[in-house]
Amino acid sequence: MSALLDIQNLTISAGDTTLVSNLSFTLAKGERLGLIGESGSGKSLTSLAATGLLPAGLSADGSVILDDQQVIGSKDSTINRLRGTAVAMVFQEPLTALDPLMRVGKQVAEPLARRARRDGRPLTGAALNQAVLALLDDVALPEPARLARAYPHELSGGQRQRIAIAMALACQPDLLIADEPTTALDVTTQAEILGLLDRLVRERNMALLFISHDLPVVANTVERVVVLRQGITVETGPVASVFANPRHDYTRSLLAAAQRLDHALEGKP
Amino acid sequence: MSTAAVTTPPRRQGKKSLTLWAGAILVGLHVVVGLLSLVWLPYDPNAFTGGRLEGASLLHWVGTDRLGRDLFTQLMIGSRIALFVGVGAVAIGAAIGVTLGLLAAFASKWLDDALAATLDILIAFPTLLIAMLVVAMSDTASLWSAVVALGIALSAIVARLTRILAKRVLVMDYITAARTSGSSWLKIVAIHILPNIWPTLSVNFALQFGLAVIAEASLSYLGLGAPPPNASWGRMLQEAQGTVFTAPLGAIAPGIALVSLAIGVNLLADGLRERIDPTRSTR
Amino acid sequence: MSLIRVDNVSFGYTAERRILDGVSLDIAPGDTIGLVGESGSGKTTLLRLLLGLTRPDSGSITFDGQQLDPTNRSFMRDFRKQAQVVFQDPYSSLDPRQNIGAIIAEPLRSLKVPGDHATMIGEALEAVGLTRDIVTRYPHQFSGGQRQRIAIARAIVAGPRLLLADEAVSALDLTTRIRIVDLLARVSKTMSLLFVSHDIGVVAALCRRIVILEQGRVVEQGETRAVLANPQHPYTQRLLASVPRLTIKKASS
Repeated sequence: MSALLDIQNLTISAGDTTLVSNLSFTLAKGERLGLIGESGSGKSLTSLAATGLLPAGLSADGSVILDDQQVIGSKDSTINRLRGTAVAMVFQEPLTALDPLMRVGKQVAEPLARRARRDGRPLTGAALNQAVLALLDDVALPEPARLARAYPHELSGGQRQRIAIAMALACQPDLLIADEPTTALDVTTQAEILGLLDRLVRERNMALLFISHDLPVVANTVERVVVLRQGITVETGPVASVFANPRHDYTRSLLAAAQRLDHALEGKP
Repeated sequence: MSTAAVTTPPRRQGKKSLTLWAGAILVGLHVVVGLLSLVWLPYDPNAFTGGRLEGASLLHWVGTDRLGRDLFTQLMIGSRIALFVGVGAVAIGAAIGVTLGLLAAFASKWLDDALAATLDILIAFPTLLIAMLVVAMSDTASLWSAVVALGIALSAIVARLTRILAKRVLVMDYITAARTSGSSWLKIVAIHILPNIWPTLSVNFALQFGLAVIAEASLSYLGLGAPPPNASWGRMLQEAQGTVFTAPLGAIAPGIALVSLAIGVNLLADGLRERIDPTRSTR
Repeated sequence: MSLIRVDNVSFGYTAERRILDGVSLDIAPGDTIGLVGESGSGKTTLLRLLLGLTRPDSGSITFDGQQLDPTNRSFMRDFRKQAQVVFQDPYSSLDPRQNIGAIIAEPLRSLKVPGDHATMIGEALEAVGLTRDIVTRYPHQFSGGQRQRIAIARAIVAGPRLLLADEAVSALDLTTRIRIVDLLARVSKTMSLLFVSHDIGVVAALCRRIVILEQGRVVEQGETRAVLANPQHPYTQRLLASVPRLTIKKASS
């Protein structure tokens, strides 16, 4: 199975400071990988580098091959063809990821129409509306017809995140990158959104790159993990074995912290 | 995961800025000349010490005007006046504007909306026009009436800016923390709000300083500014109008003086703005 | 006698319901209480009421038997010495233009607390695991976890009997979060703690009692261990079921 995303020796720097150094991992269709790290670990920058969206002032070295196309050093127009077809992203804060002045139905319609156009089968009018409603239904939004006419601020955090996921899926990507998608959500909503992501990724056989600092969430969402600390890969491997038998001190300290809370919930001292 | 603090940290050490230094030097030059003019002038500004419309010479460094008065002396006095007007107008504008802005920030929604609307209307008028109206309303055209008029004209923008900045600070947690620490609202304004809005306001004041200097020159040019012996560059320009082709120095000299101060002030403002880096307060 | 008694308090209205509806709870001296709620639960409003920043529409809040009346200045001054708060966002709870010394000194000055302020500030800093010499530095020189420690130092410097924490660790990294939880556990040995949070794990690790808020109502409260082991209310059950657990499969070998 050829890799959908192949990152080799990725190094991201801002002037003299190295933010990510020598990061390597691969992701094939249907696989799920978690990037675990605290703040400053470089995990979000990695996802931006994978899609060629690093902010100005940051430079990337190494190799990032997405859908057989080298991202580093390529022109933005080349990479742009991959965005919204090969890869789509879901971010942490749904309120800022959505246009506050556009009805959410329209915001979902845009990527749907764009993808259809690229496929050579343009969608307009009633057919487009149907497709939008079907997608909103797919992300388990109640009353899709009514919600499609709402503005982002009229929806709850969980509903907004579902819209963001719908927009990402509208592109029918092979790879979904989710950067802390549930961190800003309530715990009950988080459980629903994680369940939704799980189902959709399985149904469509997508690759999932899941970025988070929350160990229990990652443990239940991915098969493999890469643990990052200040841009350096500290440990990688299948999530079950890394969490059961951490080899690096940093991973151990992260797990110890997570276990403290876990045990407290179970009533253990 | 974190929100950027909206307000600005104290400035970092050791960052040199070309714009700041260039601006400081230009303005500093005028400050030195203006201060010097209080204790020493080459000639009496009203005395007819030379022939009419003389060119530059060792006796009269920039020549004389159409009545034979030394131009360099007038330039020096002009520096003093320009600085006085700039500082005075900005100070008055600040006093009125900051007070109004703070009141609006603390006011109830209705009062705040009314104030904001009024300020918007005032801002829509050109500064010079408002200044002219105020001067016309006072009986005498004097230096003070020009300063006050300009101050009033400038206060609307200061009030609007203060209002917005203060409102942003008021929602920060450290204001709530100050309240739960028992600090009175007066104390909160003095030690939390004013210091945090000052950096942005100071850039605005620097820009308004340049504006005030040019506005005063315009008022004097139109005959609404200070009468002699408080000669300002504006009046020098007006007097040199008729002879601008035969004795250009009379117009060029005050023109350069005015432009150099205005540019210097704008460079200073730009340099100040560079030092305030709001993004620095995030992780 | 309870330190703070909230008696049938109601407040405010949204389109569908009241923000707080008939909320009652007791904070005894030495208590550590976790107030758990999601968005829309009213927990932030309840905190503001407990701090005397607004008044309830109905019901009463008493402190040491006395009505919490925000307009009563001398009462509020005494109250503020007794009850302090730590906020969620370490990046907006410290005035960026004040140095650490001035930040921690503010409650001492404004509440006119007698004693040698410099010594008290030093002791507060040491109690939170920082050194005295940072008083001349500025907030932007510190990390999120350190800023929270400074915020806690400010809260405890006047020797309050009650510490209110509003999601005090939610904005912190995991490892830092545990350290601050340990710090709060240490600090709460000498004062009562009301810890508002959406994170039940942290509440479970820190608080002896738990109060569950849903849409402005208290749906369950009691000893944390008991409630977690045997949640009665469907919302509590749903909440607990939603928390992702660290499933550690023991390695076979």
